[in-house]
Amino acid sequence: MRLWRRFAGLLGSLLAGQAAHAATLPENRAEALVHAYDGGGVTSTGPAFLVRKSMGERVSVSGSYYVDMVSNASIDVVTNASPYRETRHQIDLSADWLVRDALVSLATSQSREPDYHASNVSVDVAQEVYGNMTTVSLGFTRGSDDVGRSDTGFFDRVRTWQYRLGVTQVLSPTWLASVNLEAVSNEGYLANPYRTARVFGAAVPERVPRTRSSRAIKLRAIGDLGSRNSVRGEYRLFWDNWDIRAHTAEVGYSRHVGTQWLADGLLRYYTQGRALFYSDNAAAETTYISRNRQLASFNSVAVGGKLTYRMDNIPARYDAKMTGSYEFKRTSFKDFTDIRTGERYRHDAHVLQLLFSGTF
Amino acid sequence: MLRRLLLAALAGPLLGAAGCALPEPWVKPYERERLADPIMQFSRHALPERHREHVHVVREGARGATGVQGGGCGCN
Repeated sequence: MRLWRRFAGLLGSLLAGQAAHAATLPENRAEALVHAYDGGGVTSTGPAFLVRKSMGERVSVSGSYYVDMVSNASIDVVTNASPYRETRHQIDLSADWLVRDALVSLATSQSREPDYHASNVSVDVAQEVYGNMTTVSLGFTRGSDDVGRSDTGFFDRVRTWQYRLGVTQVLSPTWLASVNLEAVSNEGYLANPYRTARVFGAAVPERVPRTRSSRAIKLRAIGDLGSRNSVRGEYRLFWDNWDIRAHTAEVGYSRHVGTQWLADGLLRYYTQGRALFYSDNAAAETTYISRNRQLASFNSVAVGGKLTYRMDNIPARYDAKMTGSYEFKRTSFKDFTDIRTGERYRHDAHVLQLLFSGTF
Repeated sequence: MLRRLLLAALAGPLLGAAGCALPEPWVKPYERERLADPIMQFSRHALPERHREHVHVVREGARGATGVQGGGCGCN
């Protein structure tokens, strides 16, 4: 208790005493996105819109609408059921308040699809300290989902708790670094009601624990190399109590080209080990059993590029841009067999985005 | 593990608050012009980041610590 009081006192003096400048509200902006994913028999496309506008000097509000139109003929679907189409709609609303030198954000999100309803509320606080060289952020999200089947309706729930901590540090006039930590806990129906597992070659309904708890830490750094180009690198370590351990590494390069173009390139590598109860074809009956590819051992390599064109700009009034991006992903499974061919499953995917954005 | 990482992340700022270890802030506001360039932002636009995050979270076992506000599922 005494240690906690000392910790709170130190944190309080840090936040109150060293914030030399007030935080600022996010700038007014609008975004319109067309997105597409095509890979592994799944096609997902849709539009998304976002508007953010300040109301006075201390409040900024934003709203967004996101649509996913999914056509699913993935390997799970074609080997267990019939291909299907469905649409997911998501609405996000948020408000940011400047409270003294901190930015306090409240947000809510609602997602609807025929057999899954998800909703959550979040609160985040960000504070600049140490002569504005350090930004400390804390956040919490509480989620509540309804899980259903298309034939029997909604039958169970999932509750989620997320706790976040982030620190962003200015290292020099040309380098920034950040560390983010997040703990996520779920309780409820965490399986997929349509998916089957295999035991001795026979299909059985998958059985998954009703709780899951995970931790992740991400380190990032970005640096200006001069000559109007920059490089960034990031690494995330993930682990959970289902015994999944994953590593994500990504590097990127950005460069201004002339006065109106901005080019980006990225390379991403992801690898994970399987969950304790995952099996491609179990040789024993166990309490929990799953053949969910998301819980298997696999790696994924992605390479992507992005090009941004500044369409129109009047400094301090508005700035309009158009951005196109493409990412190629190859995912290779180590312990998931394509039962149509008897070989290890592998698939390629293409991710496309076309964005119109403006600040005003 | 997480507790140790949290302590490590907070140790620097807390030592600074205690006034015992950290030097004066060494990057002045007028030296941060290059940090404000769009090429120095981890994330430039909200919607594309959210889409990319969704692509990953419904296909990979890992989640969290992305710096992107998620929401929704589409897990089925």
